[in-house]
Amino acid sequence: MDLNPRFKFETFVVGPSNRLAATAAQAVAAAPAVTYNPLVIYGRSGLGKTHLLHAVGFAALEHEPQLRVAYLTLEEYVEQYHAAVASGQADAYRRSVGESDVLLLDDIQFLEKHRELQSELLRLSEEMQAANRQLVLTSDRPPAEIGELDERLITRLSGGLLVDLAPPDYETRLAILRRKAEERGTAFQSGVLETVAEIGAANVRELVGLVNRLIAFQAVSEAPLTPAGARALLVEEGVALAAESALPPQAPAAPAAAAAPAAAPPPDEFSAFLSAVTRTVAQSIDAWRHKVGEAVVRWQGEGYRTARLEALLGGEALPDVDEVLQRYEADVEALRALAAEAGSLDPSTAGHARFRDPDRVDEARGFVQKLQEGMVPPPTPLPALTFESYVGGAANDAVLRAARLVAHEPGRRYNPLFIEGASGVGKTHLLHAIGNALLEAPGVKAVSCLSAQAFIEELLAAIEAGNVEWWRRRYRRSDAFLLDDVQLIGGKEQTQDELFNLFNAFADGEKQLVFAADRSPQLLEDVEPRLVSRFEGGLVVELAAPDRAMREIMVRRLLDAQGVQADDDVVQYLAARPADSARAVQGLVNRALSAMDPEQPSLGVQAVRTAIEGRGARPSQAHAISALIPSGIDSSLQSREKVVWDWPDVGDRLVEDLR
Amino acid sequence: MSLVNFTTREITCKIVYYGPGRSGKTSNLQYIYGQVPDERRGRMVSLATQTDRTLFFDFLPLDLGSISGFTTRFQLYTVPGQVYYNATRKLVLQGADGVVFVADSQMRQLDENIESLQNLHANVLEHGIDIRTLPMVLQYNKQDLPRELILAPPELDEALNFRALPAYAADALHGPGVFETLKAVSAEVLRRLSESGPGRH
Repeated sequence: MDLNPRFKFETFVVGPSNRLAATAAQAVAAAPAVTYNPLVIYGRSGLGKTHLLHAVGFAALEHEPQLRVAYLTLEEYVEQYHAAVASGQADAYRRSVGESDVLLLDDIQFLEKHRELQSELLRLSEEMQAANRQLVLTSDRPPAEIGELDERLITRLSGGLLVDLAPPDYETRLAILRRKAEERGTAFQSGVLETVAEIGAANVRELVGLVNRLIAFQAVSEAPLTPAGARALLVEEGVALAAESALPPQAPAAPAAAAAPAAAPPPDEFSAFLSAVTRTVAQSIDAWRHKVGEAVVRWQGEGYRTARLEALLGGEALPDVDEVLQRYEADVEALRALAAEAGSLDPSTAGHARFRDPDRVDEARGFVQKLQEGMVPPPTPLPALTFESYVGGAANDAVLRAARLVAHEPGRRYNPLFIEGASGVGKTHLLHAIGNALLEAPGVKAVSCLSAQAFIEELLAAIEAGNVEWWRRRYRRSDAFLLDDVQLIGGKEQTQDELFNLFNAFADGEKQLVFAADRSPQLLEDVEPRLVSRFEGGLVVELAAPDRAMREIMVRRLLDAQGVQADDDVVQYLAARPADSARAVQGLVNRALSAMDPEQPSLGVQAVRTAIEGRGARPSQAHAISALIPSGIDSSLQSREKVVWDWPDVGDRLVEDLR
Repeated sequence: MSLVNFTTREITCKIVYYGPGRSGKTSNLQYIYGQVPDERRGRMVSLATQTDRTLFFDFLPLDLGSISGFTTRFQLYTVPGQVYYNATRKLVLQGADGVVFVADSQMRQLDENIESLQNLHANVLEHGIDIRTLPMVLQYNKQDLPRELILAPPELDEALNFRALPAYAADALHGPGVFETLKAVSAEVLRRLSESGPGRH
């Protein structure tokens, strides 16, 4: 809307009641966006808010003619915005408004009726302030008293300067009357305007109305108006007005309205009826447009694409608007849920445009599904390592019982369970066996089971790829966490940090934690005390070396697994050999198997004994070895069985070491 | 009965003038008929007895032309007022979008007014419609009669208008109040558009 040239600072009568507002407005006009931004002028109707607003525009243009000054009433703003949204030009409209150097917005109290515009105005004011552009607003009440106004908007509007316009006092009223009379080129007898000023008026507009009436009266009277005449005239008018307002309203709403019919109806009643119907139909038709428009503004404000709703506005045939809106909202809800799910899988994907377009719900769903499928799950327990394949016996009975309890009631019995034991005693097997059993426990869907070395390497890779958060979430989605070779985290500070946080998250969520190490928590080197104390806070159990009975079972199983028929003597011989771990037993069996004649499927004790103890001393080598062994050392070292006769090639050893 | 059809872009309103016998329902329609330009009005169908009493019903179609892109038609009906034609009244009421209750302002007709109003309620209910949801206005007709013969609008309000519906004093024979009544009921009916929204077929 164009600025009204009648509304300038020069024509604004300043008095005590409006001095502050006028001064502030002038300051803003002289230096937009420097002093008070935003400037909010409030006051009752007819006190000059719009006048000041236009005056700011004019004065700003006078100072700097190249400025872009825009004046809009809120209703116009709403209308234009809705029209822009409906025609798909919302962004262009936003830009055009936001790029004004001085934006003058009148009657913002109507925001009460247009709640959907509040976020838009908030955005606009933030944008304009950030770009050093002036915003001047008027309202008939302070922002805080505008019903249902967004708290953030109130704060934002109050952040500049809030000034009120009070009704003019006698002197101001008189000054206004004199100026108006002068503008109209009418001179009154002395005392007439004073009389009018005394009578007073609720606002300036009414005051101007009074002076207009006097001018009209004086124009048709022969004698000039006297003060008494003016008083009589205005009081009489006042009576007439009062009488008018006492008349029943035209559209009767109830009893009193149904007065006796008037004498004769107006001639073209049908036309009047037709226009009344037209008005009502237009309003009714606009009602749903309005509803859709509001929805468009609201969802755009929340960052969703509204093409579907906008198409509705342009369409000829209409489906049920309520249903369309409901479906749209349901799609938005679905998108929100999908975005949240995507965010938990990979935070970087949550803000993607596909989660902002209700017409792309299927795409978003597919994307999340892919994300779920594509997400490499943390390492899981090896299926072969189960409780069934684990050899139990007196030596590890207590440990096994604890492990089964943990698998049976994850997170509630011993959390964490810490298994310590020398290398090769079966910690890893037990850990995986617990993991596999946990997978069968109710409510457990995913179990992470890996060695500390793999854990460290994964963390390093995640740091390198910049997706540590994603890596963390990957583990946190598990229902149980089993970590082998915990001693390896010694000295790895960040790994310990991550493990500490993971530990707390699992413990808080009553999810099972199981650790295995070659030593007790206390003996872990370079591991933070907070972790050590947490390891000790559950149950620490020690896996002992297998006893003879266990070794016997192991030997039988290993031979069976190879499909080898062996005499009982062979089994007894192998079980009786000293072996402090399951791995050592495996070694013995492997050596025994190496002695097997490929032609014969069975294994004899003599061949085994020879394979393990040797065919007799090879003097030269035996001598050489003996020479290396200092005298007085444990005689077991001189056993043939303990001596490595065939050393690998030096080159091979180097390669082995480098690995 | 379709009130508004967005597919064919048509608005059709069926308005029924209801009330006791001789209250002036047909007079309302006749007056309207007289005011409508020739090209807008359909043929008024009136099935009257020899004594000019409505035997079946009156029907006045009004073509209001295109309004906001909608072809708008009003169909005005009256019901026979006499008590024994209830089946016809029920039939005419079917699918009504709005009702004008034309009351006879004469003192001696008060009981007939009340009885007819109760009958309206009963018939609407039989159609499975809550009367409170049906757009309705009252018309106190014959207000041109001598004061001593009639009840003033406030008194009629007291007796009939317990739901505080819009009420209009009228003289249907000569016109005052007739179009006001029609305007009011049309507005009530059309306002339903904004409440029910598009999609109602």
